[in-house]
Amino acid sequence: MIDVVMPQMGESIVEGTLTKWLKQPGDRVERDEPLFEISTDKVDTEIPAPVAGIMGEILVQEGTTVGVNTVVGRIDAAGGAGAPAPGVIAAVAASPASPTSAPAVAAPVTVPVAEEAGPLSPLVRKMARENNVDLNQVRGTGAGGRITKQDVEAHIASRSAAPAPVQADYVPVPSPVPAQVMQQVPPPPPAPARPQSMAPAVQEQAHFRGEAPGARVEPMSVMRQKIAEHMVFSKHTSAHVTTVHKVDMTRIAKMRDRMKGEFQARHGFSLTFLPFVLRAATTALQGFPLLNSSIDGTNIIFHRDINIGIAVALENGLIVPVVRNADEKNVVGLQRSIADLATRARSRQLRPDEVQGGTFSVTNFGSFGSVFATPVINQPQVAILGVGAVEKVPVVVDDAIAIRSVAYLALTFDHRLIDGALADQFMQKVRSVLESWSEEIL
Amino acid sequence: MLSYAPAPAVCELRDLGRMGYAEAFALQQDCVERRKRGEIPDQLLIVEHPHVVTMGRNGHEENLLASPELLARAGIAFHHTDRGGDVTYHGPGQIVGYPIVDLKEWKRDVTAYVRALEQILIDVLGEFGITAWREPGAAGVWTSRGKIAAIGVHISRWITSHGFALNLDTDLSYFQYIVPCGLTKPVTSLRALGCPASRGQVVAVLARRLARTFELQMEII
Repeated sequence: MIDVVMPQMGESIVEGTLTKWLKQPGDRVERDEPLFEISTDKVDTEIPAPVAGIMGEILVQEGTTVGVNTVVGRIDAAGGAGAPAPGVIAAVAASPASPTSAPAVAAPVTVPVAEEAGPLSPLVRKMARENNVDLNQVRGTGAGGRITKQDVEAHIASRSAAPAPVQADYVPVPSPVPAQVMQQVPPPPPAPARPQSMAPAVQEQAHFRGEAPGARVEPMSVMRQKIAEHMVFSKHTSAHVTTVHKVDMTRIAKMRDRMKGEFQARHGFSLTFLPFVLRAATTALQGFPLLNSSIDGTNIIFHRDINIGIAVALENGLIVPVVRNADEKNVVGLQRSIADLATRARSRQLRPDEVQGGTFSVTNFGSFGSVFATPVINQPQVAILGVGAVEKVPVVVDDAIAIRSVAYLALTFDHRLIDGALADQFMQKVRSVLESWSEEIL
Repeated sequence: MLSYAPAPAVCELRDLGRMGYAEAFALQQDCVERRKRGEIPDQLLIVEHPHVVTMGRNGHEENLLASPELLARAGIAFHHTDRGGDVTYHGPGQIVGYPIVDLKEWKRDVTAYVRALEQILIDVLGEFGITAWREPGAAGVWTSRGKIAAIGVHISRWITSHGFALNLDTDLSYFQYIVPCGLTKPVTSLRALGCPASRGQVVAVLARRLARTFELQMEII
C-alpha cells in the first residue's frame, strides 16, 4: 500500500481542502492520472496518482481540510484488492479528519489557547479549534514545550478512546458553514424511529454550544451570516467610541406637528424626524470633512460626495441603502429618498448600487423606542449617527421647568482617525442646526 | 554589453470576443490538454461572456439567490464549473481572462500564482488611476467602492486554467442574483469608478503586465 498525501502546493500553504475524489476504492488507477482535487485559496488543483495500482481506502473525506503531508488515501500498487488493514483504520480515527472528532467543527466554541506554552502554529490552532481541544490540556513535546500537530493528534486519540458520543450515521461536515448543520437536524418527524435515533447527535451539538438539551438548531440565512461577518469585522477594524448629545427637538416637533397633514397630502408620504437629522448631519459633515472619510492603510480618503446610509430593519436582518448626494437635497427630497429606499428595502427591490458607496450612516433606533444606543460603524466609514426617540420631558429653561421634546443623538466614531473633541464639535453643529431650524419645509 | 539570455518564452494572446461560457470552457480544456502535451505555448484567452452565473467546486448553493429556473427566465445561463471559488457572474462589459500557463516554468506555487494575478490587476488598475488592493482572506481585487475583479483558478499538472474577471462597464445589477444584499461586499467596475477606458486599452495593458510578470513574450494571434 502506498500512502497518498496532501501535497504542498506552495511555500506558504499549510493545508488544503480535499474537494473531490476522482477515484473510488477498487478503481484501477494509472500513474499520473488525476486522483483527487484539492482547493486552496480560490484555486482548484487536480492531483495525479503517484503510482499505478488499485485505489485502496479513502482516509480523508470530500470537503475536509487537512494539513500538507496528511495521508488522504492509499493505493495498492501491487494491484491486489485494497482491503484496508484494521490497524490503519485505528490510526485514522485519531486524525483531524475523522468522523469522531468532526462534530466540534460546527460548534463555534472559543478554545482557550495556551500562549505560555510558546508560539503555536496556525495548523495546531486550527486543529484545536476544529476538534474542540483545550490546548491547556495538551502536553507539548516540541522544542521548549511547544505543542506540535502530533501532540494534538495524540490528545484527540486519547480522548476518542472514551465511548464515542456521536451516532454512526452522523455525516461529518468539513467547514463551519451553517447551512450544513441543517443536514444533521432531523426533519419534521415523518416516522418516529428516525428522529429518535438522530436525537442524541442533535443534543450533542447543543451540548457543544453550551445550550440546554432540547434546543433547536437552525442555520443562519445568508444575509444573517453577512451581517454577522460585517459587524465583527467592523468591531475588529475600528476603535469604536460613542458620544451622546442631548438635543432639544421642540422647534422641529412643533413644525412637524403643524405640517405633517399637509405634507402627507401634498407628497403622499409622511414627514418624520429623520430628514431633519440628515439635513443637520450633512451640514455638519460639510464643516467637518474628516467625518466623511475612510481609512486606507496610512492614508485618509476624503470623500467628495456626501452619501448617507440609512439603516433599515428588515424582518430578519438589516440593510443600509444610501441616500446619494444628501447635501443636495432639502427635507422633502431627503424624506422622499428615505421613504423610497426603506419601502424597496423591505420588499427586497433595492439595486446593488443603492446599498453601496455610503460615506456616513444614520440609524434611527428611536423609532423602536430606544432612548440611546451605541451603533456599530458601517465599514469603511468612520462614523455613524444614532437617533434616539423624541420624548417630551421636563427640563430647566431659564430657571423654570418647561416641557420640551428632547432626543439623544449618539455618534459612534472611529477613534483611530477622529478625536473626541472633533466628534463633539461635529455633534454641536448637528445640535445647533436642529435646535435653531430655519429652513422652510413645504 | 551584449547579453546572451535566452529569448523569453512565448505567450499567445487570443481575444475571443463574445463567446458563450460552454464554448469557451471547451476551448480552454482543449488548450490545457495541448499545453500539457507541449504542442502549444502558454496562452492568454480574453473573452466576454453573455450573461452567465457559474458555480465553482467549492460553491455553496445558498450563495445563489435565484434558482436556475429564475436565472433562465432572466436570460442568464447557469453552469457548474471546475475552478476554485464560489459563485460568480460573468456578462457583457466584463473582461474575462483565462491564462493557460505552465507554472512549472515559473513557480510551483498556487498561492503565488493567485497573488500574481491579483498584482497584475492592481497594477493595471493603477495605470488607469484606480487604487486597488487585496483583502486578506478574500481573493480578488478590491477598491474603495467594492470588489472590481474576481479570481478563480484550476490547476492540473501545474497548467493553469480559468483566471480572472475584471468589471469594465458591467451592469452591476446582475450581481444581485448571487450577492445577497451587497451589505458587506459590494461590486464595482472601472466605469462606476469614473474611468472611461475602453476594452481595448485595458486588454493591452493587461497583456503587457501579464507578460512582464510571467516573463513571457506576448504574441497576438
